[in-house]
Amino acid sequence: MSQASLAKPPRSAEKSAAATVLSMLWRDKLAFVSVIVLLFVFLCALLGPALLGDLATDQNLRGRNSPPFDLSRGWAFVLGGDALGRPMLARLIYAARSTMLVAAGAVIASLIVGALFGLVAGYMGKTVSQVIMRLADVIMSFPSLLIAVVVLYVLGPSILNMILVLAITRIPIYLRTTRAEVLEVRERMFVQAAIVMGASHWRIIGRHILPQVAPTLITIATLDFAFVMLAESSLSFLGIGIQPPDVTWGLMVSQGRPYLGNAWWLAFWPGLCIVITTLALNLLSNWMRVALDPAQRWRLEARSTTDE
Amino acid sequence: MNDALLEVRNLSVDFHTARGTVHAVKQISWSVGRGETLAILGESGSGKSVSASAVMNLLDMPPAHIVEGEILFGGQDLLKVSYEEHRALNGKRIAMIFQDPLSHFNPVYSVGWQIIETMTAHGRPADQARARALELIARVGIPDPEAALHKYPHQFSGGQRQRLMIAMALMLKPDILIADEPTTALDVTIQAEVLALLKELQRETGMGLVLITHDLGVVAEIADRVVVMSKGEIVEQGTPREVYHAAKHPYTRQLIGAAHGKGEINILDIASPVLLEVKSLCKTYGAFTALNDVSLTLHRGQSLAVVGESGSGKSTLARAILRLEGVDSGQAVWKGRDLIGMTARDVLGMRREIQMVFQDPTQSLNPRMSVYQIISEGWDIHGLMPDRTARQAKVAELLEQVGLAPEHARRYPHQFSGGQRQRIAIARALALEPELIICDEAVSALDVSIQAQVIALLDGLRQRLGISFLFIAHDLGVVRDFADTVLVMKAGQIVESGPTGQIFSASQHPYTQKLLAANLDPDPDVQAQRRLRASDG
Amino acid sequence: MTKLIGQRAVASLLSLLVLMVLVFFLSRLTGDPAVLFLPIDATEEMKEQFRVLHGLDRPLLEQFNQYVLDLLQFDFGDSLRKARPALDLVLEAYAWTLPLALLTMTFVITAAIILGSLAAFKVGGFFDRLVSIVSLVGASAPDFWIAIVAIMVFSLSLGWLPTSGVGSVAHWILPMAVLFIRPFGLIVQVVRSSMLSAQSSAYVKTARAKGVKNLRLIFIHTLRNGMLPVITVIGDQAAAMLNGAVIVETIFGFPGVGKLMIDSILQRDFNVVLAAILVTAVAIFLMNILIDIAYGLLDPRIRQ
Repeated sequence: MSQASLAKPPRSAEKSAAATVLSMLWRDKLAFVSVIVLLFVFLCALLGPALLGDLATDQNLRGRNSPPFDLSRGWAFVLGGDALGRPMLARLIYAARSTMLVAAGAVIASLIVGALFGLVAGYMGKTVSQVIMRLADVIMSFPSLLIAVVVLYVLGPSILNMILVLAITRIPIYLRTTRAEVLEVRERMFVQAAIVMGASHWRIIGRHILPQVAPTLITIATLDFAFVMLAESSLSFLGIGIQPPDVTWGLMVSQGRPYLGNAWWLAFWPGLCIVITTLALNLLSNWMRVALDPAQRWRLEARSTTDE
Repeated sequence: MNDALLEVRNLSVDFHTARGTVHAVKQISWSVGRGETLAILGESGSGKSVSASAVMNLLDMPPAHIVEGEILFGGQDLLKVSYEEHRALNGKRIAMIFQDPLSHFNPVYSVGWQIIETMTAHGRPADQARARALELIARVGIPDPEAALHKYPHQFSGGQRQRLMIAMALMLKPDILIADEPTTALDVTIQAEVLALLKELQRETGMGLVLITHDLGVVAEIADRVVVMSKGEIVEQGTPREVYHAAKHPYTRQLIGAAHGKGEINILDIASPVLLEVKSLCKTYGAFTALNDVSLTLHRGQSLAVVGESGSGKSTLARAILRLEGVDSGQAVWKGRDLIGMTARDVLGMRREIQMVFQDPTQSLNPRMSVYQIISEGWDIHGLMPDRTARQAKVAELLEQVGLAPEHARRYPHQFSGGQRQRIAIARALALEPELIICDEAVSALDVSIQAQVIALLDGLRQRLGISFLFIAHDLGVVRDFADTVLVMKAGQIVESGPTGQIFSASQHPYTQKLLAANLDPDPDVQAQRRLRASDG
Repeated sequence: MTKLIGQRAVASLLSLLVLMVLVFFLSRLTGDPAVLFLPIDATEEMKEQFRVLHGLDRPLLEQFNQYVLDLLQFDFGDSLRKARPALDLVLEAYAWTLPLALLTMTFVITAAIILGSLAAFKVGGFFDRLVSIVSLVGASAPDFWIAIVAIMVFSLSLGWLPTSGVGSVAHWILPMAVLFIRPFGLIVQVVRSSMLSAQSSAYVKTARAKGVKNLRLIFIHTLRNGMLPVITVIGDQAAAMLNGAVIVETIFGFPGVGKLMIDSILQRDFNVVLAAILVTAVAIFLMNILIDIAYGLLDPRIRQ
């Protein structure tokens, strides 16, 4: 097989990186759709509130619990109206912002802190590593719901505190992964080769170890984004997460719960939004696992060359 | 051949991969008779294992696809029998052993359980299987068979595992044993023992042996007939003597030409100044002694080989000199200054002067850096050659020096073959214009023909640039054409040292002699003479 | 093996200590329980009485000493809410949570191993795709939403199952079904990929060369190796369930430890919270040891 690969040098090196990624994405239709869904959700979160103006917050008592798929009140009410007569569609777009903000904030914060400590734990000597790992064990053995409740009680339930809470509970995931990967990579021959050339610790970490570890971390972060979204919505559902007037999809489900008998759409749509988004994240993460692994990437790469 | 037990006829197998269809083997035919040993010789990617996998029904289909051919055994075509019929033959009439016995044993079951399973899988009673297992474990030379039965694969050494693998294969006295590179992962002295065991067992049972190998020496030692494979085709066949002395196909001739141990021996120039002097290095890991009072002297322009089997401490020596590992006591004086006691700042200066080439180029090159980045990294580290155009020119020059093209600079390591990757690693070492290059098993992961090319490259660099080499190897044959001085290590100690010619013609220490004897010569006549002498003595 | 268990014990003990201290100060610093528990029109005297009764009037350090001493004797004090020993309440709740968790986990493990192995047996086939999709959706859906939708469909629309409470077998169906989905989705994915990698390993090739039968190949040679990563995930999921299925128990009014914990937290009944945490920690610790032992039984390389 090595014969074949030599005879036909892959052209990926010549193509721009973005084009390669796009063509690999196109090979996996589910991942492609996932990216579009996620882009759409992010755009809603980013631009939605500004475009909607007061539509999402104006109460309209005559539109209370108006049923979905009825266009007589305008497009905004296509998914029905909520208990205060606000259009569901507008509420969903409006809630996307806080939902995404909390999840993204928590993932980024825990990724940075976890990866940093994981690098240190993996690269430094045994004692430092042991201390950091025991700390991670302690965090892991706390019931995460309890951490959440405790911190939110002390600091008060705000979006920022919500991010803090979720970030703390997710740090061990990145820490452990990073450490395990660093331990493996630092024994690899090319790291030894860099040491022989006289490379500094910073160069070895930055140029040789981090680039190998990063793909795994990004893949996990994608998966974790879904997990954090679910955790946030659970907390908000229990009433100890996001508080009105802020709103997330999880809180919307909670708010719709009393109306289960007569207005199912209040709780149904926001839950569906959560499912679709987390499903897309899961699918994307599965794709990344293949695409970012040089040993497996050919599955996506090569087929795209035969297409051309 | 009418007395053939197993015959492969016109077999063609394709692999349908994402990169397109690869013709793994094309119309190959071979056969093996009772008591006969057939060697299938080829380098990596030659398709030498494919036909054996087809015989055992081990090909995954897809991606494999058998295009045409027959495999005749016991009057039937194995490609036409049902899965169940084929299964009944595997292990019972035809058995197979593999290259890496650690991964080919199931890690979670005891070896006894696995050996016994060969018989119980074919409906034999367990107590009978157990008795036979004990008998065979003793036969293949494992001490205390009763205890060995209950141990797990990871509790044995590599050589023992391969012996156990052989015992497992022979449980039902198969007519044919297929051995896929059975000794490649083993030390030379262990290799000799395992080959001898295979031969004895063959004599006892009269089985046909199909031996897949890349090593001409193994062929010369054990084969009755040999087929040479290249790019999926059989390019040559005959007895080992015919093939060795009268090869017709250019590939075979190239392969035989590449076999080491035939060139002129380098002579050391004692007049050149001393570059490195290692004095009484000692290093222990717990109870294990890695280095025991090791001393050596290396002159400018010298190529010094350190030869030893696994666990001899040869790699620890290299790592200690490079300050990759600390030592317990001793000195390594580099141009008048002791490396062992150097401060971190001074070590950085030393890092420019001593470079290293590692065993496996697949692992020693960062997969996410381009060749240009890999070669120029040393300049970044030491703040050399700030000018970009000068750098590009120098990288191009280095690539040409090691036999690659300047345009390769933009590519990534995975786009090269193993030999090319090792050339990149050598270019990286040369970039810093070192005075000493330490090669740690730098050619042992490469195919034989590639080995010869890389060694020729290193020798050329030594002559042209006056670089000194410390060449670490497990194989005496490899160092013969390159080194001017040889050190033989065993269990952390240097047991013998001297000029290459002296070591090869008049070695004093019994261990060196054992190594030399175990080192198989590619010439079947030489091997036959050695065997004769051994049986006389 | 023993070292592994020792490490676990140290980590669990450490986190328990941190928790104990944390819970103590939180319970004293985040508001006055007297205000929370007594009626709004309670007099200052009544509040004072309440504080004396629960030792809340003494200096903080003295309270802490007493608290630690009590804990060492497994005395968690009384529940402020129900005026009964906190430990009793927790153990009663566990009597509900434990069967729920054990039963659900048994179903999850059985289904995930069988379906995951079968999916891996024929990769890319119809069954494999079906299992992949179902498991992905299962792992992606928030349990509170599934619970709500399930109530909507099976209780409100169809009227087949009760919405909440305990008392009959029917009351257990919805909580178990909802609890089942996420762990099943996660574990089945791990089973599938781990069986796949075990199947392509070298020792399976050896077994095939020995003439071992197909079923034996899957269930004797691959399954035991493939189970190793699966066990870790099972442990994580089981631990989460022992923590109390807070959401599911709340929605279905199931009197388990999760519901008890969240109710106690919301009402600052910290003695109960503490007791619940300690009991849970012990349960999780024991389960982790079981997991370690299972690991050791499956893989001889761990035993040394």
